[in-house]
Amino acid sequence: MTPPPIGSLAVRMHDICKSFGHIRANRNASLQVAHGEIHALVGENGAGKSTLMRVLGGLLTPDSGTLEVNGSDVTGWTTPDAIAAGVGVVHQHFMLVPTLTVAENLVLGMEPTKAGQIDYARAVADVKRLGEETGLVIDGTRLVADLSVGEAQRVEILKTLYRGAKILVLDEPTAVLSPPEVKGLALVLRGVRDNGGTVIIITHRLDEVMALSETITVMRAGETVASLRTADTNPSEIAQAMVGRHVRLTTREFAIVTETTLTPSRVNKAARASGSGLVVRNLIVAGSRKAREVDDITFTVRPGEILGIAGVEGNGQSELIEAIAGLRAVSSGFVGIGDTDLTSASPRDRADAGLSHIPEDRQRRGLVMDYSVADNLILGMQHRFSHRGSLDRAAIAEYARQQIRAFDIRPPNFAASARTLSGGNQQKVVVAREMGGGRDYSVLLASQPTRGVDVGAIEFIHSRLIAARDSGKAILLVSAELNEVLSLSDRVAVMCRGRFVVVMPAADATEDVLGEYMTGARVAA
Amino acid sequence: MTAEQREKIEEALFPPVVAILIAFVVGDILMLSFNQSPFVVWRLLLEGTWGNAYGFGQVLYKATTLSFTGMAVAFAYRAGLFNIGGEGQLAAGGLAAALVGFALPIGFPAVLAILLGCLCAAAAGGIVGAVPGYLRVRFGAHEVITTIMLNFVVLALLNWFIATKLRVPETLHTPEIHAGAISRLSALLPAFHGSAANLSVIVVIVTAVAMWYYMFRTRGGYELRAVGLQPDAAEYGGISVSRVLFSAMTVSGVIAGLGGINFVLGYKYYYEDGFAGGTGFLGIAVALVGRNNPFGILIAALFFATLSQGGLAVNAFVPKQMVDVLQGVVIIAIAASVPEVRRILLGARRRPVVSAAWDSAPVATTPPEAPV
Amino acid sequence: MNSFAIVTQVLRIAVPYLFAAAGGVIAERSGIISLTLEGYMLGGAFAAVVGTFYSGSPVIGAMCGIGGGIVLALIHAVACIRYRADQVIVGIAINLFAVGITRFFLKLLFGSSSNSPRVDGFAAGYGNPVLWLGLLSTPFVAFILFRTPFGLRVRATGEKPEAAASVGVSVHRVQYMAVMLSGGLAALGGVYLALDQHQFTDQMTAGRGFIAVAAVIFGRWSPLRAGAACLLFAAAETIQIHLQGNHVVASQFIEMIPYVLTIVALAGVVGRAIPPAALGRAEA
Repeated sequence: MTPPPIGSLAVRMHDICKSFGHIRANRNASLQVAHGEIHALVGENGAGKSTLMRVLGGLLTPDSGTLEVNGSDVTGWTTPDAIAAGVGVVHQHFMLVPTLTVAENLVLGMEPTKAGQIDYARAVADVKRLGEETGLVIDGTRLVADLSVGEAQRVEILKTLYRGAKILVLDEPTAVLSPPEVKGLALVLRGVRDNGGTVIIITHRLDEVMALSETITVMRAGETVASLRTADTNPSEIAQAMVGRHVRLTTREFAIVTETTLTPSRVNKAARASGSGLVVRNLIVAGSRKAREVDDITFTVRPGEILGIAGVEGNGQSELIEAIAGLRAVSSGFVGIGDTDLTSASPRDRADAGLSHIPEDRQRRGLVMDYSVADNLILGMQHRFSHRGSLDRAAIAEYARQQIRAFDIRPPNFAASARTLSGGNQQKVVVAREMGGGRDYSVLLASQPTRGVDVGAIEFIHSRLIAARDSGKAILLVSAELNEVLSLSDRVAVMCRGRFVVVMPAADATEDVLGEYMTGARVAA
Repeated sequence: MTAEQREKIEEALFPPVVAILIAFVVGDILMLSFNQSPFVVWRLLLEGTWGNAYGFGQVLYKATTLSFTGMAVAFAYRAGLFNIGGEGQLAAGGLAAALVGFALPIGFPAVLAILLGCLCAAAAGGIVGAVPGYLRVRFGAHEVITTIMLNFVVLALLNWFIATKLRVPETLHTPEIHAGAISRLSALLPAFHGSAANLSVIVVIVTAVAMWYYMFRTRGGYELRAVGLQPDAAEYGGISVSRVLFSAMTVSGVIAGLGGINFVLGYKYYYEDGFAGGTGFLGIAVALVGRNNPFGILIAALFFATLSQGGLAVNAFVPKQMVDVLQGVVIIAIAASVPEVRRILLGARRRPVVSAAWDSAPVATTPPEAPV
Repeated sequence: MNSFAIVTQVLRIAVPYLFAAAGGVIAERSGIISLTLEGYMLGGAFAAVVGTFYSGSPVIGAMCGIGGGIVLALIHAVACIRYRADQVIVGIAINLFAVGITRFFLKLLFGSSSNSPRVDGFAAGYGNPVLWLGLLSTPFVAFILFRTPFGLRVRATGEKPEAAASVGVSVHRVQYMAVMLSGGLAALGGVYLALDQHQFTDQMTAGRGFIAVAAVIFGRWSPLRAGAACLLFAAAETIQIHLQGNHVVASQFIEMIPYVLTIVALAGVVGRAIPPAALGRAEA
């Protein structure tokens, strides 16, 4: 096959629609990528980027719309078709088999054979040869389970190249990488481009978009809303397209949040004096591999204060919260509320001591999806709604009615199962339980409190967090949304590789500064 | 009735109905292969079970043990555990009941003796159930395998005990009990004369009510079901997952062990090696058809008992082994249709819970040719 | 009794285990739980006797036996793969079904509820080709799993099916093939049993399929280790036979050995047995 002329279209997706039940993941999304360019597909979480790329990779069939690759209509193709046509997808969650070697993973599905047997020596040699060609050097005989995240990603890229990929799609490739690894990836991607390949990266990090890409497509709420040339645009314009309204990146107004959130903390002096905030000292949490997930962290959250934790996901934020909540074993250190030692207390004892927790994953942790709204509203408080072991159904129903009213949970039916609620209303159930009238708490852990919920619910939850802070609660907030951290917090900590690299007053923090700390480009003195 | 309630009912009822229809067709084929009219044989099967007091008594008797083992499976299943050890637990319970009845003096107050027998049967089953519970909680050893393996171990142990320690010579059963016999239904209703049905049927109904109340009306049941549905959420909700798993497995064994009284105290008045005879395994089918609901299980147990007794009733025309085939068919058909029905109902209304992309990935496609 | 005779006896006992365990390993490595080995063996034994009875040829009988196992495996595969049924439940149902269907046809074809008439078999002892096949079944499965493209796909599928699917491997096809292969192999165990005894008797496999399951787990899902476990269990049984009569250890305690060892292996006291990651997962 003769190489297509530079500048012709490698990928053309037109009016793609894809729904899952009542969720419309893609709505008339269109995308054009020319041969030999690095294209960035950007958008917020849930904007439909991954769905669009799964359509491209043959993992999903669109409900409507057309997909052309190298000029021919391939709508509705399957994964093997896509691979055969040279489209390779590197998924965000690696598609590697941990118990197999690098070489075995590389050749899986198109194994080189000799007399019916796998030519393993050739597979290992292929890993070496490809590695030398692209700079992705890795030993083919190593077990994937023993690789670091960055190495595993290299294997993923090698896999697609081994299959002759000319169009390489990477889903959030930098989310799991350290800054030097990001730089290495950039070199590799340019190398692929220079060898006649086409690269599409999905990301929501604007600095990488600017540094890496030549053209950009922006998605918002399932639609493609802008198509830009990197050279002709700036982060502010991209961000504006992403969130759909004017934003000024360098200031705190970037947030979607309402005016109320900008008022300074009306700290209740009495509450602060009581000293019953969250205390964490020298906390260490061991990881599954040798590294520490949480590496010797010390901080306090005072009553009437929100401490926000910013950071690239996977830098120990989840582990920190789980350790404080009693859901993950602590290697050493101290966790307490005021002077009360909770380091080895059970989740229930922590709750009784005044700890509330909005977990990051409501569908796995925060809710029993097949339980009714009422039963979910008492989760963790079930002992307070039972007499001699029997549940007090009437009291539960009454309490549920109150909370549903107070938190505007829809539909207002306490017997409906949590599964049938929208994401925003599911989250309201969690918030109602953890922050509602039935709860006597002094410390709140709020982990990704507005992830995947609609704008109305976001504002509602934000105002609740502010109100709780103003009534003297100590709140530890973790969010992947930098603007959320910036606009809600009194102080901001940046977490990178299990450590707090900096803690500063929110007033002094800007997105740029935090971004430098987050990526490890800057280290506090 | 809300759409959600209707859907739940549909989800519960479709699979058994489909399975019974399939079993019906398979049964027809088997009957025809024996040159018998399916119509005649099915009628005979019903007449021999529900058509006369003796047959119905036998159905009740068989359904009693099946209900116990079915509820045992369901109790564990609600906590997310698979107890396949019903066979060993049932046998252990039976032996314990027999030993108590044998150890007590003749003339010991009947009610007390029965109570003691029940307690010991339950305790023995509980101990056998607790072992895999402990292994699961302490070592993470999967209970499916450990319960299967323990069945063989327990049955071998009981066999050894009977063969070497306590038996009527030339048999494989213990001497008769001195106290603790549960009266036959025929003592109250003479029409049941000759059938093995006994008042254990009351114990099973009480157990079902108690299990239902515990599951759906108590804090313990709330916590147990939460662990079964979403252990991560349960842990988050301050529930000790290990403790729930261990106690659920133990109670599951208790229920299965209690089932031993039906044969030992209610029918034969001695323990006989091998009396469980697959009832423990069949409990899995009963729980499956009864959708893990105690009252559903009572109905499902009646169904399987009817099949089993019905097989004897038609044996002159079609070998009773037909029933073994039908049992297998019913279980496979239900197991296969449960996820299918759920998928159809879910797909019709909402987004799948699991990753949508993976769920609809075109996996049944041909792999590319290997490079030469 | 000389040592050669003892070895012969161990091998005779081990052959059904070796076949079934080899089948179990390949099915479980593809992610499908193999509580069905008992049923496959029983079906294979019965079909072999029927085939031999009507054809007069044990070779044709053995083929029928393999076919019988594959048919049962296909039912299991369709229920578990196409309909995503619970693999444990279906596995137990397949075993019940195998008992029922063999009993039913025993009655239908031979008019007996206990045993079939006598049929021809292969030569006794080392002249029996099925015995050699049994000894070869372990290395055969090891070769398939670790040397062929199909084996690599089986291992990938049982460990992380989404990864296999993402590179275009048909997860379902791999599982269908692995399960049917397992049915054929386990059935050969039944073929050996039945033709060695020259007849089929009701429930003649008597729990051997579960001993094979124990061997698979005790062998930590490796074909060679599972094969070794089969030999170990067979040796224990041989000892038990020789100890019978002198009451040093009751036979029941030796019977327990495979099961107790398996529980111990699962509990991780000596080298934790970790199953394939996607074993029993009903998605895909």
